[in-house]
Amino acid sequence: MIASVGNGFILEGVRQLGSVAIFFVRLLGECVPALRRPRLIVHQIYNSGARSLIIIMLSGLFVGMVLGLQGYELLQRFGSVEALGTAAALGLLKELAPVVTALLFAGRAGTALTSEIGLMRATDQLTAMEIMAVDPLRYVAAPRFLGGVLAMPLLAAIFSVIGLYGAQLIGVELMGVDKGVFWSQMQGSVGLRNVTEGVVKSVVFGIACSLIAVHEGYHAAPTAEGVALATTRTVVASSVITLLLDYMLTAAFL
Amino acid sequence: MRPNRTLEIGTGLFVLLGFAALLFLTSQLPANGLKFGAPKAGYHVTAEFDNIGDLKVGAPVTMAGVHVGEVAGIRFDSRDYKAVVSLRIDPQYNQIPEDSFASIETQGLLGGKYIGVSPGGLDSYLKEGGHIDQTQSAIVLESLINKFFASYSSKGGGDTQGKGADNQSKVESKK
Repeated sequence: MIASVGNGFILEGVRQLGSVAIFFVRLLGECVPALRRPRLIVHQIYNSGARSLIIIMLSGLFVGMVLGLQGYELLQRFGSVEALGTAAALGLLKELAPVVTALLFAGRAGTALTSEIGLMRATDQLTAMEIMAVDPLRYVAAPRFLGGVLAMPLLAAIFSVIGLYGAQLIGVELMGVDKGVFWSQMQGSVGLRNVTEGVVKSVVFGIACSLIAVHEGYHAAPTAEGVALATTRTVVASSVITLLLDYMLTAAFL
Repeated sequence: MRPNRTLEIGTGLFVLLGFAALLFLTSQLPANGLKFGAPKAGYHVTAEFDNIGDLKVGAPVTMAGVHVGEVAGIRFDSRDYKAVVSLRIDPQYNQIPEDSFASIETQGLLGGKYIGVSPGGLDSYLKEGGHIDQTQSAIVLESLINKFFASYSSKGGGDTQGKGADNQSKVESKK
């Protein structure tokens, strides 16, 4: 009995994984035709990207300010506060900007995607499209997926820049680290490689978070409860997958 | 679903901001990034050093520990084989004697390099295009350690041998 329950649980997990993988391949197939409708994608970039701008900028500012404060507190014990710029830049570019942006994206844009598509499913809009021989995967899912994938690296880059100025605000203006030292030490030890690492990470997170959000919405049970459940699962799955992928990507870039 | 004007402007702004941020990260952060913005006010003086260590453009110039300017440029003089450092001094510090002394110093134990200026005694002051004659090069920690070990091993080695010989002679005398 217990064994069968355990088997069912494992089987369900494997089924979910397979469902996401098949959905991903089908979605990729529809992405190229979807590019012929750039207005749909622009609309989704606006929804996922432009409307996340305020929350991303505010979070970036505060994360940068915390980095400035914590970094200064830690570095002054070793008498090397001039490394603050380097510490803040590397921390933001490589880890904080891609990860925090992805987590915020999952909460802000991912939930919106899931509940929107889930409601379309619940109100039979997707079925109606299928009856009209309009592929909902091409006209509903693919533009939303592409919009998310394109928006994420831009959001992460904005997060990094705002965060750097947040760190400068605290480190230089408040704590009195020399401004020239802050920037020149940073420029001396941050390479293009570190910037690339951040961009690659945010693209991968963008793919993962958008895929999960669209998949959960597309396969939500067509009830109010089903949409609610799918939205919750989007946030949980996106966050966990983001952190897991982050570890793997960090190891790959070492 | 025809996107309206505000939507397009919003998206355009977002994409523009995003690419501006990416451009900033790729051009400003890696070594000696491009410099945007108006040049800062102040006057420039030059100083020549035998060795500047890892002094970087943007490093501070201080007098008595107070920030008075920054390193504006570094180039190599292929005639004298010296580093020529251009210093931008803030305009309010216009009474630095001409015979002042510039040395490259280190912040903390492993920190970055900066230039410390100690005032001289002349009544004429440094002006735009001026030159600081007396300089002291960066102290390179590795070469210092090498020197220290070189002197230590030759001296220390001699000492232990001497002691050993002394002990032996004592032992022999006891016998």
